[in-house]
Amino acid sequence: MLTIQNYVKAKTLEEAYELNQARNSRVMGGMMWLRLGNANVKTMIDLSGLGLDQIEETDHVIKIGAMCTLRQLEQSEEIKAYCGDALAEAVRHIVGVQFRNQATVGGSIYGRYGFSDVLTCLLAMDTFVELYDGGTVRLREFIERKKDKDILLSIIIRKNPRKVRYLSVRRTKTDFPVLTCAVVTGEVHGKECWYFSIGARPMHAALIEKEWRISAETTKEQLEAYAKEVADGFRYGSNMRASSRYRKHLAQVLVMRAMESIITEGR
Amino acid sequence: MEIQFRLNGKQVAAEVAGDSILLDVLRKLGCVSVKCGCETTNCGLCTVWINNKTRLSCSVLAAGVDGQEVTTLEGLQEEAAEFGRFLAEEGAEQCGFCSPGFIMSVLAMVRELDNPTIGEMKEYLAGNLCRCTGYMGQLRAIQKYMKAKRMQFQAAGEEVQA
Repeated sequence: MLTIQNYVKAKTLEEAYELNQARNSRVMGGMMWLRLGNANVKTMIDLSGLGLDQIEETDHVIKIGAMCTLRQLEQSEEIKAYCGDALAEAVRHIVGVQFRNQATVGGSIYGRYGFSDVLTCLLAMDTFVELYDGGTVRLREFIERKKDKDILLSIIIRKNPRKVRYLSVRRTKTDFPVLTCAVVTGEVHGKECWYFSIGARPMHAALIEKEWRISAETTKEQLEAYAKEVADGFRYGSNMRASSRYRKHLAQVLVMRAMESIITEGR
Repeated sequence: MEIQFRLNGKQVAAEVAGDSILLDVLRKLGCVSVKCGCETTNCGLCTVWINNKTRLSCSVLAAGVDGQEVTTLEGLQEEAAEFGRFLAEEGAEQCGFCSPGFIMSVLAMVRELDNPTIGEMKEYLAGNLCRCTGYMGQLRAIQKYMKAKRMQFQAAGEEVQA
């Protein structure tokens, strides 16, 4: 059960940060996951009055405020123009519209949840997190850090030309995923790079990076060998939703499908 | 702490604790259409609108709606009754327990989506669970309701032109 002694809607970021330094303070996102756990919170800090609910685009980046809802991600024209339907695909299977109207991007990322579709997709992209105290950090570094008392302000996606694909498997619609998969490719320092992120293994998403040259001429056998190499590169676990062997099999299939989809589109 | 917000068009005040949940506060204020069905934040029965967006009131801290606008089924009686007739005509429901949350989502969908396909309707309403039926009657009712609404709208437009 969750108990909260004081609720504070922070008036400034500084106030939110100061309040959060106490051991039994918590910052709330959409409260979707927080409320299902057990915690005695002395001060619950609400960031909803600080203007962190905007998606801003500049020439080089898309900046997503931590309090943006998953529904905002799904409907953002800026995000769609950059990476097509991939991020929308990553969130549209999550429970329902009323849930996504409330769940926040900041909550999804800060929580480093094993089941997170959002984390899986953003991890494969050129993504950073902006922290109040800790500056701007690569997402892949941030998720390996221990949770601390800093405050996540925004998610920053660098708009380098990339092809992005997202796929997930669920036992039933709107359920937690059995496995999540994002595949991203683009040129980095003149070399063709492929980024593979697999989540819900059931551990949180992790990333594998490869410098592979793949084209329409690449044989199916070679692609399958690549997909197998990627799938073999992750650790998997078993839980009530699937065994580790089944997850590894799914990873190979989803990676293959995502690569084929990118090649079919042509680069 | 005391909070003030607009509930179904009327300004209301309530005394709430830091961990009071909006669902409980709304029920105490007489909006008993708002119910808790699952305790795991996914059945959609507790759906209300906050600033005209559907939300799960079981996961909203009451303190957070201070100064906001909340709408429940009690505030949409006429529209709900009209759509309810379509549901009844299709024999869509069995126990009816899930209806309040479902109707809140349908009425939000009608406002948000323009002429949706069946696939889009299913996706929009996926967060409302019904454990009696297979949703087929509900989908027929929605299609007929939306068609009737469009015809009403067109007729009103022609009247204005005439």
